[in-house]
Amino acid sequence: MKENKKTYWKGLEQLTNDPEFVKHADQEFPGFTSKKNQTEDGGSSRRDFLKMMGFSVAAASLAACEAPVRKAIPYVNKPVDINPSIPNYYASTFSSDGNYASIVVKTREGRPIKVDGNSLSPITQGGTNAIVEASVLSLYDKARLTGPQINGQPVEWPALDAELGSKLASAGSIKIVANTILSPSTDRAIRQFAERYGDVELVTYDPISNYGITRASEVYYGSNILPSYHFDKAKVIVSFGADFLGSWISSIEFARQYSKGRKISKENPEMSRHFQFESNLSLTGANADYRTTLTPSQSGLAVLSLYNMIAGKAGAGSAGGSNLDLPHLARAADELWANRGNTLVVSGSNDPNVQVIIHAINELLGNTGTTVDVENPVYFRKGNDRRMNQLVSELNAGKVGAVIFYNCNPVYDFGGGQSLAEGIAKAKVSVSTAEVKNETASLVQYLTPDHHYLESWNDFQPKKGSYSLAQPTITPLFNTRQAQESFLKWAGNSISYYDFIREDWQALYESLGEGADFQSFWDKCLHDGVYLAGEAEGTEEDATVSATGDIAAAVSAIGQTYQAQGSGAELAVYAKVGIGSGTFANNPWLHEMPDPISKATWDNYLTVSQKWAMENGLEMKEGATKMANVSANGVSFTVPVLVQPGQAEGTFGLALGYGRTAAGRVADGLGVNAYPLLDASKGFVSYDITEGVSVSLTEEAYSIAQTQTQQTFMGRDFVIQEATLDEYKEDASAGRYHPEIYKDGEFVKPSKISLWSGHKYSMHHWGLAIDMNSCIGCAACTVACRVENNVAVVGKQEVLNRREMAWIRIDRYYSSPETANSYKELEKAADNPEVTFQPMMCQHCNNAPCETVCPVVATTHSSEGLNQMTYNRCIGTRYCANNCPYKVRRFNWFKYHDNKDFAGVNMAQNDDLGKMVLNPDVTVRARGVMEKCSMCVQRIQAGKLAAKREKREVKDGDINVACAAACPTEALVFGDLNDNNSRVSKMLKIEENSIEAIKEVNEERAYHVLEEINVNPNVWYFTKIRNKDKNEA
Amino acid sequence: MSIKRSLLGVSFRVIHLMVLFFLFLGFQAYAVDPEVPDSEDAISAGQSIFNANCKTCHRLDQKLIGPALRGVTDRRELDWTKRFILNSQVLVQSGDPIAVELFEEYNNTVMPPMDFLGEGELMNLLAYIEYGDKAEPEAAAAAGDAAAGAEGGSAGGIPSEYLTIILVVLVIVLILVLVVLGLIVSVLTKYMNNSDKLDAEDKEFINQKTDYLAILKSDGFIVIVTTIVLAFVVKTAVDGLYTVGVQQGYAPSQPIAYSHELHAGQYEIPCQYCHTGVEIGKSANIPSANICMNCHMHIQNVGGQEGISPEIAKIYAAVDNDQPIEWVRVHNLPDLAYFNHSQHVAVGGVECQTCHGPIEEMEVVYQHSSLTMGWCIDCHRNTEITTRGNEYYDKLVQLHSESKDALKVKDIGGLECAKCHY
Repeated sequence: MKENKKTYWKGLEQLTNDPEFVKHADQEFPGFTSKKNQTEDGGSSRRDFLKMMGFSVAAASLAACEAPVRKAIPYVNKPVDINPSIPNYYASTFSSDGNYASIVVKTREGRPIKVDGNSLSPITQGGTNAIVEASVLSLYDKARLTGPQINGQPVEWPALDAELGSKLASAGSIKIVANTILSPSTDRAIRQFAERYGDVELVTYDPISNYGITRASEVYYGSNILPSYHFDKAKVIVSFGADFLGSWISSIEFARQYSKGRKISKENPEMSRHFQFESNLSLTGANADYRTTLTPSQSGLAVLSLYNMIAGKAGAGSAGGSNLDLPHLARAADELWANRGNTLVVSGSNDPNVQVIIHAINELLGNTGTTVDVENPVYFRKGNDRRMNQLVSELNAGKVGAVIFYNCNPVYDFGGGQSLAEGIAKAKVSVSTAEVKNETASLVQYLTPDHHYLESWNDFQPKKGSYSLAQPTITPLFNTRQAQESFLKWAGNSISYYDFIREDWQALYESLGEGADFQSFWDKCLHDGVYLAGEAEGTEEDATVSATGDIAAAVSAIGQTYQAQGSGAELAVYAKVGIGSGTFANNPWLHEMPDPISKATWDNYLTVSQKWAMENGLEMKEGATKMANVSANGVSFTVPVLVQPGQAEGTFGLALGYGRTAAGRVADGLGVNAYPLLDASKGFVSYDITEGVSVSLTEEAYSIAQTQTQQTFMGRDFVIQEATLDEYKEDASAGRYHPEIYKDGEFVKPSKISLWSGHKYSMHHWGLAIDMNSCIGCAACTVACRVENNVAVVGKQEVLNRREMAWIRIDRYYSSPETANSYKELEKAADNPEVTFQPMMCQHCNNAPCETVCPVVATTHSSEGLNQMTYNRCIGTRYCANNCPYKVRRFNWFKYHDNKDFAGVNMAQNDDLGKMVLNPDVTVRARGVMEKCSMCVQRIQAGKLAAKREKREVKDGDINVACAAACPTEALVFGDLNDNNSRVSKMLKIEENSIEAIKEVNEERAYHVLEEINVNPNVWYFTKIRNKDKNEA
Repeated sequence: MSIKRSLLGVSFRVIHLMVLFFLFLGFQAYAVDPEVPDSEDAISAGQSIFNANCKTCHRLDQKLIGPALRGVTDRRELDWTKRFILNSQVLVQSGDPIAVELFEEYNNTVMPPMDFLGEGELMNLLAYIEYGDKAEPEAAAAAGDAAAGAEGGSAGGIPSEYLTIILVVLVIVLILVLVVLGLIVSVLTKYMNNSDKLDAEDKEFINQKTDYLAILKSDGFIVIVTTIVLAFVVKTAVDGLYTVGVQQGYAPSQPIAYSHELHAGQYEIPCQYCHTGVEIGKSANIPSANICMNCHMHIQNVGGQEGISPEIAKIYAAVDNDQPIEWVRVHNLPDLAYFNHSQHVAVGGVECQTCHGPIEEMEVVYQHSSLTMGWCIDCHRNTEITTRGNEYYDKLVQLHSESKDALKVKDIGGLECAKCHY
């Protein structure tokens, strides 16, 4: 640690020691006024106190008079497998706009309440992300359509079918618009529909397009495939703007793979090296070992330069084009070549020309077949931007008779949405199957709402040879109908979609020729949720893929498009980890989740570099910023500015997914819509705007609700402990800080001195190990925790007031070798900082400072090492929060449930529909009580009870906390520290058979945050190891 | 001491009952058909058949929905018995007089056909009917008495009514002493007044009157009285507050006049038959109407009356209209408390009656226990854990083996907040 002279900072205001910030920094809740101003002087008077007292007495005596009659209503005919209070789990599949996750849905009394990852899936392997975790709330969204409509008038299904059937028959050319369809049965249903009506075409597009890759494959491999990538097999990863941990293609899968290559131990001290070249600081860039900023206009040349360098090493000729000299690029080329065959180069560009070069680089490096699998392509994002663009003009030319929007919203999330909106009216018949009357659906004549995915049957083929099923987990809440069934109905086939899928699977089963009988094959697949076909299985598109090696056209196109020196401001449009494409924007859980990088909630903003901010005299303090006028691609809007360390000079970033106008109460009118900026005129949707961008700062003040500068660690530098890989190889405890305390003439470990007599845990000792090397900061855990524990959503204003309620947060620290005493230094420090993520939740201290200060003993220690919070005992003094060194305790400043002031944001606790998502095993907290992470005590209790009932010991893995279960990288490991065989004990190398609370941990990387104060947490962190040379930022 | 007492009580009762039982057997002598096997295997095989198929309506020695069965091979022909078991309705419809008489005697209740039973299984069943479980009802009764005895004994060394009597006697004795003392004083005063040896000063002293008003006005008296009154008021207020939200004795009227006394008491239907969740989940479950219908498909009225009972008709209405029956919750825990039935019943082996009281005697269910936190905690302090045969506790038992005290719920965190509040 001595050599580590880095400065860690959570926000620029902390780095500069801004006096305003410092003034508030030591207060968890600075003296902001509350939501409702009380008296003029801000406090409450003695009279108020007496009034309140009088009222409480009256209320108490009234309440005592008579208890309300409560009913117990059993089923009339109880289904065999539903037992009240016992959860059922169903394997299913989440898929939306080309994304895919195999999931397990937890239901209680027939209501889905939680989505977990399905560990049987070979693709997502039990991982989830924030969007998948939050998707259960969209089932209970009030904005959902409750039945079919014709021109805004509710109708019955038979009436609609009859009218629409005759209209479609006479419509002529029918176009079905959809996002990528992963489902073979849906495909077949649409084919049946097409057979019935003749002139039917399916046009697919994706809100976040990867058309560039499929188009490049067509050019380079002669087949429009999207290859499978294997980040786990790559020793060197080079990414040009591909946010593969956040939003690129299959981020859950990639996060899992990536973390496999990054987990290290003394036995296996090797990890992958990751180079990132990008303009916005993405989640992936934040995890890179070497990150280089570049402008979007340079990106094509950077890829080409890398190709030329590698071609030079390989003895192949340079492809020409001007070469770009970027930091770390030559080094990346060297290492790629040294590890050829086990490397991976990817690009987030949607430009097919750039992707052709990427294919060529991987081919040169011999990665095809190892890390890039073109033989087993994925089917995630097959959208065709070019075709979609043509459709928009066809619609406007009045050439389309009928257009059916199958679960998509192109008016909002396609670049040419505005023009499409005008074109819809020109079609004779327009239909939408969307669940919500969204931007597109509100323009069509026929609304035929589909079931929510948790109410539907479906099947999926995400990858060649890999299948999965989705099954309903609740009876449809509304008078909706599965869209596939609608297509079949209109095709004159009244079969249920369930039977229809079974027909397909029967055929699949017969083609496999294995297993006992179809029913047991089906049951097994339905139970597992996934089915992996063996190698032998051949599909119709099983042509061998071989590289043509022709890149000349691409090289010349790149030469024309990109340049080494940008001419002006450039804008890179990106997708956030939480909001993504905006399909699920009406989900308050996703808005309340702080963005992993900017830590901003509830907003869309223009990210600008520190240099630009200084040039324009903008100083951003704790979310207080200004608005800017932006115009690009003929679109102008005003948007708040956020100073983002690591933003490439001369570039700006803006996220997709905001500015919804017909999504529902939560999302409507929030932020600006970036889709109109996207230009599809070049034959692909371009997310980079390199010309004609103008940004001018206005004087209008604005506040962005950031959580990042809250809960500061007050200059205690050893919260984050890190080392480089070389240091680690020399000394496994590299980067560790070993505080010592002087006592009786010698220095001893803090744990040797204690005021407390110490606990003993005779049965269990629950603990959590967090590997900061695996944590990528994706925040899936924070959403999972919110769902599991009924954590309230408080909305933007209350986040600004520093009152957000999340039990687990991910602290994001920037670090750089420079401190910032002057403006010039600040600019340098913020130019391209390193980033570290640290999940922070209640540390369940064995010497808990909160427990000793509670005047009413509402927070106590359990005999299993948990720090317990008893809401019904708490009187809200907040002493505990003041005394908590980790600032993880949350106070209920308001009653967030059944409160119309919060109904707009706290959807899950305010209306009957939303409340169906609540976990019945966890209390919804009242106003005036403290709350915090309970280490999912309800799951611990349930797991123990199951073991007791089965008269056995608790097996490791029986119990898992929600955050650890959601983690796609297995960065969090939960278990019993008393159990020598548990994963967490082995990770921490706890040798002794000890029942003491304070255990000897022999893993060199493991440390306690703030060890010097000897609160002795049950949560351990593992040092962050970066695979880079010493003395580099 | 009390434990000894109750144990003695139990053993006396057991002996007493056993004597009765043997006497009873003597009077009930009958001849079992010799073809019925009496081997242990046959009886136990027959028992499982009986439990699976017959127990809902029949007992061996007690008339339930159907007749008591023991001695059937004596009363009837063996062949007839078998045919009746296999399909009684065939016999009834063929006009067999005994069968028709039985059918009518038991409210025209149709006994479901058991034609899946093979010859061997039939004989095993009859073996159980004739020879099985002879001590069953008596043992159960004895166990019940033992439990009752233990409960009575556990109240403490001296029962509270004795305390009251002792107190009353003491008060009477004290009053008597006071009266006697008063008499002595007056006699002495008279004697002294009559004496000549006293001077005026002494006389005045002897005849002085007590100034009660001064005592009333004295500070000491006021302080004492105020303290007593205050203490009384505070005590009443605190006691009153403790009853806020406590609904002990709450017995709301239910939409159907369902009697636990009849079902659980008289017919001895096991609690778990209807309350299906009690061993597997948090809720014990109020039975759904389809569970009622298992029996009430056949039983349409009480006590052998004709027609459909209006109360039972409500079940039929619920099923026909697909409208659930809206029972009124009797036991209401606050939302902030987590209680799990399976933890107590399946793991802890707690009897239903421990918390719910003599449910088998309740015509209308009432809340027997206070369901306050103090009540929960008391039990957790005193209850020993059944660790035997449960591997979960092995490690704990090993650690605890040095201690002399029994392993109680409180020792495994049964008093901790987050066991019930989260």
